[in-house]
Amino acid sequence: MGGNAMSNILYDLPGPRARARNLVIGVVTAVAVVAVAVYVVSRFIATDQFSTLRTTQFQYTAVQQELANGLLATLKAAAIATVLALVFGAVFAAARLSDHAVIRVPAAWIVELFRAIPLLILIFFFYYVPLQYKMHLPTLWALVFGLTLYNGSVLAEIFRAGILAVPRGQSEAAYAIGLRKSQVMTSVLLPQAVRAMLPAIVSQLVVLLKDTALGFIITYPELLYVAKQIGGRGSFDFPYVVSYLVVAAIYIGICGALSAFAYWLQKRMGRSRRTAAKPVPVDQGNASTAGATV
Amino acid sequence: MNSFLHTLTDNGPLFWEGFKTTVELFLIAAVGSLVLGTLLAGARVSPVPILRAVGTAYVQTVRNTPLTLLFAFLVFAVPKLDIPIDYFPSACIALIAYTSAFVCEVVRSGINTVASGQAEAARALGMTFGQVLGQIVLPQAFRSIVPPLMSVMIAMLKNTTIAAGFSVLEAGAIPAYMAERGENQFATLIWITIGFLVLIAPLVVLQHRMERKWAVTR
Repeated sequence: MGGNAMSNILYDLPGPRARARNLVIGVVTAVAVVAVAVYVVSRFIATDQFSTLRTTQFQYTAVQQELANGLLATLKAAAIATVLALVFGAVFAAARLSDHAVIRVPAAWIVELFRAIPLLILIFFFYYVPLQYKMHLPTLWALVFGLTLYNGSVLAEIFRAGILAVPRGQSEAAYAIGLRKSQVMTSVLLPQAVRAMLPAIVSQLVVLLKDTALGFIITYPELLYVAKQIGGRGSFDFPYVVSYLVVAAIYIGICGALSAFAYWLQKRMGRSRRTAAKPVPVDQGNASTAGATV
Repeated sequence: MNSFLHTLTDNGPLFWEGFKTTVELFLIAAVGSLVLGTLLAGARVSPVPILRAVGTAYVQTVRNTPLTLLFAFLVFAVPKLDIPIDYFPSACIALIAYTSAFVCEVVRSGINTVASGQAEAARALGMTFGQVLGQIVLPQAFRSIVPPLMSVMIAMLKNTTIAAGFSVLEAGAIPAYMAERGENQFATLIWITIGFLVLIAPLVVLQHRMERKWAVTR
């Protein structure tokens, strides 16, 4: 993350002329930002988005409860999918690292396939197909299964990258002192790999959490769905703007905190001397070949 | 097998229409997000503190917002501000606004891969920030930027399906229509999957080829 270091290299310490120029650019930027802000606020005022009628709903305990339930539904889907995706990822990472091609090759295909299919289409498989055969699969599980297959596949790649990031000498030394394959994995490779890949895992979980919003499209009553319900009430003059802003603040707050945690972990890992493995890049999921939920 | 084939052939126009819109969305959003993302990256490494702050704030906010929320805001909330906007432009704006944050980060980390001596030498020649970035650093960063940029674009292509939830008839909206027609959903979704694999495959091949061709050790 040498962003600051690099940007200092890109330009000289400003002299008088550069300072004047930078000041002008700064002022122009500030004016542009203010202009946009003024336009947005003027639209808000002109259409009276924050009228008492439109905001009054949020003082009702019933509506607050509704929001809390939505948040809970979001977190529930994210939590179940996280556990399942971690298991899926561990199994398929192990399979892809297997010495037997019979296991390795199909696992690779499955992981690549699930990463290539749009997540929404994966979710639709669990939503429309049972619907057609009159089987009742709750929307929660359609969402969770879709999230599991996709994020599990991405996590499998992160786990694999983490194991491969441990220098060969580590496993060679372990074999040399007579450890078995499973022992090498569990007592030498994994403990070091976990440290290297933890930041990447946490940031993939942020992606997973954000993707629970897709539940809105299959009418799973998560946060975004609740926002639409609250915003769509005619008797409160359709307070869509307020309700979406509230929900956006919740998402940005939670995801921002998790992202910051991932960043902190990464910096901490960078200093750690307890692993010989190079850290798995945090955007591993995003930089993977088949692409990811960006 | 026959009925599987018929699912596609009986509804050819729907599939064609859907995937055509998907490709249109993808192309518009690709151009838009590449331009906006590069500008944002420029802002984030610029000598002007306010520009840097604006770029950083934008990226941090957008990256932590679900794309579905951006779609919902544009489609349901923005018309309430008396700003009339159609579904297709909404989808384009949502995709561009979202993807450009990721393009920005890719470009920015690409800039960091260029050896610092390059920028220092350019500065020693008396080049300005714009010249250093535009003529020296970005052209060299380009080769390490393209592969991850391709990943971002592939992800964006897949993200176009979200527009289905917001009244745009693209590939992701096909299942809803097919459900109405009582067609086999499994076959429908398999066909859509094949469609996406067909669209993604050339991008992945291109990416691998460029990665090999431009693999440089610095």
